[in-house]
Amino acid sequence: MKKLFTLIISIGIGQMAFAQIDPKLLRAKPSDTAKNSLNMDAVYERPFIAVGKLPVSVGGYMEANWQYQGTEGISEGQQFQFRRMTLFVASTISKRIKFLSEIEFEPAEKEIAVEFAALDLELHPLLNLRGGMILNPIGAFNQNHDGPKWEFTDRPIAMTQMLPATWSSAGFGIYGKNYSGDWMLGYELYATSSFDDSIIANPENRTSLAASKRNPERFEEIASGQPLLTGKVAVRRNNIGELGLSYMGGVYNKWRSDGIVIDDKRRLNVFAIDFNTTLPKLKTFITAEWAWIRVDVPDTYSQQFGSRQMGGYMDIVQPVIKKTILGWQHSVVSLACRVDYVDWNVGKFRETGGNIGDELFSVMPGISFRPRQQTVLRFSYRKQWQKDILGNPAARTGAFQLGVSTYF
Amino acid sequence: MQKRLPIVLLSLMSLVAIMVSCEKIIPSSPKEDEILDGPVEGLSYDQLRRFALGDAAFNNEIFTPANGLGPGFVATSCGSCHAGDGKGHPFTTLVRFGQNDETGNKFLDQGGPQLQNRAIPGYKPEQIPSGATFSKFTPPANTGLGFLELVADADILAMADPQDLDNDGISGVPNYAVLPSYVQAFNNAIALKEKYIHRFGKKAAAYNLLHQTVNAYNQDIGITSSFDPVDAYTRMVIDPEIPTLTVNNVVFYLQTLKAPMQRDAGNAEVETGRKLFEKINCSGCHKPTLKTGFSPVAALSNKEFHPYTDLLLHDMGPGLDDGYTEGSAKTSEWRTPPLWGLGLSMNSQGGSYHLLHDGRAKSIEEAVTLHGGEASASRNRFNQLSGAEKNAMLRFLESL
Repeated sequence: MKKLFTLIISIGIGQMAFAQIDPKLLRAKPSDTAKNSLNMDAVYERPFIAVGKLPVSVGGYMEANWQYQGTEGISEGQQFQFRRMTLFVASTISKRIKFLSEIEFEPAEKEIAVEFAALDLELHPLLNLRGGMILNPIGAFNQNHDGPKWEFTDRPIAMTQMLPATWSSAGFGIYGKNYSGDWMLGYELYATSSFDDSIIANPENRTSLAASKRNPERFEEIASGQPLLTGKVAVRRNNIGELGLSYMGGVYNKWRSDGIVIDDKRRLNVFAIDFNTTLPKLKTFITAEWAWIRVDVPDTYSQQFGSRQMGGYMDIVQPVIKKTILGWQHSVVSLACRVDYVDWNVGKFRETGGNIGDELFSVMPGISFRPRQQTVLRFSYRKQWQKDILGNPAARTGAFQLGVSTYF
Repeated sequence: MQKRLPIVLLSLMSLVAIMVSCEKIIPSSPKEDEILDGPVEGLSYDQLRRFALGDAAFNNEIFTPANGLGPGFVATSCGSCHAGDGKGHPFTTLVRFGQNDETGNKFLDQGGPQLQNRAIPGYKPEQIPSGATFSKFTPPANTGLGFLELVADADILAMADPQDLDNDGISGVPNYAVLPSYVQAFNNAIALKEKYIHRFGKKAAAYNLLHQTVNAYNQDIGITSSFDPVDAYTRMVIDPEIPTLTVNNVVFYLQTLKAPMQRDAGNAEVETGRKLFEKINCSGCHKPTLKTGFSPVAALSNKEFHPYTDLLLHDMGPGLDDGYTEGSAKTSEWRTPPLWGLGLSMNSQGGSYHLLHDGRAKSIEEAVTLHGGEASASRNRFNQLSGAEKNAMLRFLESL
């Protein structure tokens, strides 16, 4: 009886609380859909909801999926995965001072991460200051990675496991953009916290920039005591596409302890090129990215940890149906295909002169349905071939994924 | 609404069909005889769970400076040296140095017997001391080791012929050595002046799989254990860097890995090759059939198996004499390597053969022709075979 009473009261309070939300107060702020935008604008190109006249707007996205994956006949069976939920909070502090934050919840990684939280101060359209937790502008995916923007559940392997998106770090820098007719030019330059020794000493058993993400101390202390520099230049012509060139580099290892030099300084250098375009008439969207990594690994260490890596991906998305489907206006069905390639260890064995393996190739056709631009249901099949470091016959993997992702 | 219903139903049915059929579409398992890893048939559920724990520790546990790697090391995990539980690649070939006769290693105080040729950042790897002889050892396959461990000493001694009483040119002697403190002798062990018959490794210098495993963790990866707490780099006693249970699980994993399975056994050419193998007396050392004694693991107990080894040391001649040895073996003596799984070696050696103790032979035929010493007569008979006969014998060896 007591439980029933509690339930009735709870439902009553819930109804009252729901009734207090006036939908008219929630104004959906459209994202900047103007043509003149670059990947560097992605953090602001999201659907936000403003509450009344409050100077704060909020938003977010969610990704979840079903998966069946198997390698050489061995599978863990059917899996349901909640990849992540992300909340955005943006605030216009004054006309030329803005703040935006992105907080990501990844239950599988037991992680709540401040992925982006930066203050933008405009001195001139060509000179803006940004400080806080920023997304290093290496490649395009690291800047433009929101799940609902993509036709596949999995993120590009090279960009996430090699580069390693999402890579955000504490720091400061400048950025700016300039328009001229159909042309647009943007730049970014930041000094931030950096990587650490774990990139060549980690359970992945290969050089892995992503390994540094596990070190929470990186937000307070740079292992090398020297900042990581990241810079990018992007140019766009509206009827051609956007081309980005980026660099990230610095000393990564702890070479000094309590003032005592305990090791040589060792650098990492990353170069990336990205391109995206929409073909006229066919409206085929193509986006591609490729990166090269060079890491100074001691000669006396193991070649298990390579000094060179490279990899990238290309997505081709072809809208095939654009009409009202099941009552949803302007919904779109697209066919898509992604090709991934990563060579985690470019080079030759000292012992034999033969090529070092440790590479991966993957093809992933898929189909997506967008009942509205900000929501996507997507189905894909991945076929992957992965060779171990010795170059033994590739392990074949197949994976079906059915997922949903939406801004809210 | 009426129009939408068929589309919705069709879509849902398609999804269900995909979810049900996906198991059929993903890449299938290789045939059981084409892979070396996997448990021996007949293990109980609790044994299979223990096998899985050992498998994970052996193949998935990567050592870094944070969990004990080095400072000096050869590889960062067990699996790095034994991909797919098969023979290893020159990338993880290890170097042993410092002993050139039966009297023992004279360079133990200078890092012997094994060279840690790599070091974690900030440290220097070992160098071979001046005046020390050395030999390179390519990692062997792991499969079927549990069967070899259970061969009775009496059976090994029965195959030995130190004085070559049968005049076939083949002698064969066991490697007698002192047991390390953490190793307990088998119940049916036959000792000689407090020395016991060792059987694992290129020189048969490891007594059993616990000895082999503890030594590999310590010397190959730089991981101390409760069994051997002396750090190979500093030579100081330090805390164990791996739980005792993990070592025991890895030993169980190695004991219960299945034996390699022969392929194409019924093929006429393979059968011809098998007969030639016996006719030219390769089987004088590479004994086709051995048997296990009692084991608490029923799947291993009292079984006949086909490893093509006698677990004895044989003089292989000056061509294969590196001037280095272990235990009571002479520098020219090598333990007969099991030939089972030979045909699958390329799948774990990066697509090429790296055979004999140091991987110098790039084909099975080259390995045969590099045999000397006690194997000279068999090698000469092989060289006299016709092309078709050689091919048949090589086909047989590839089928193992």
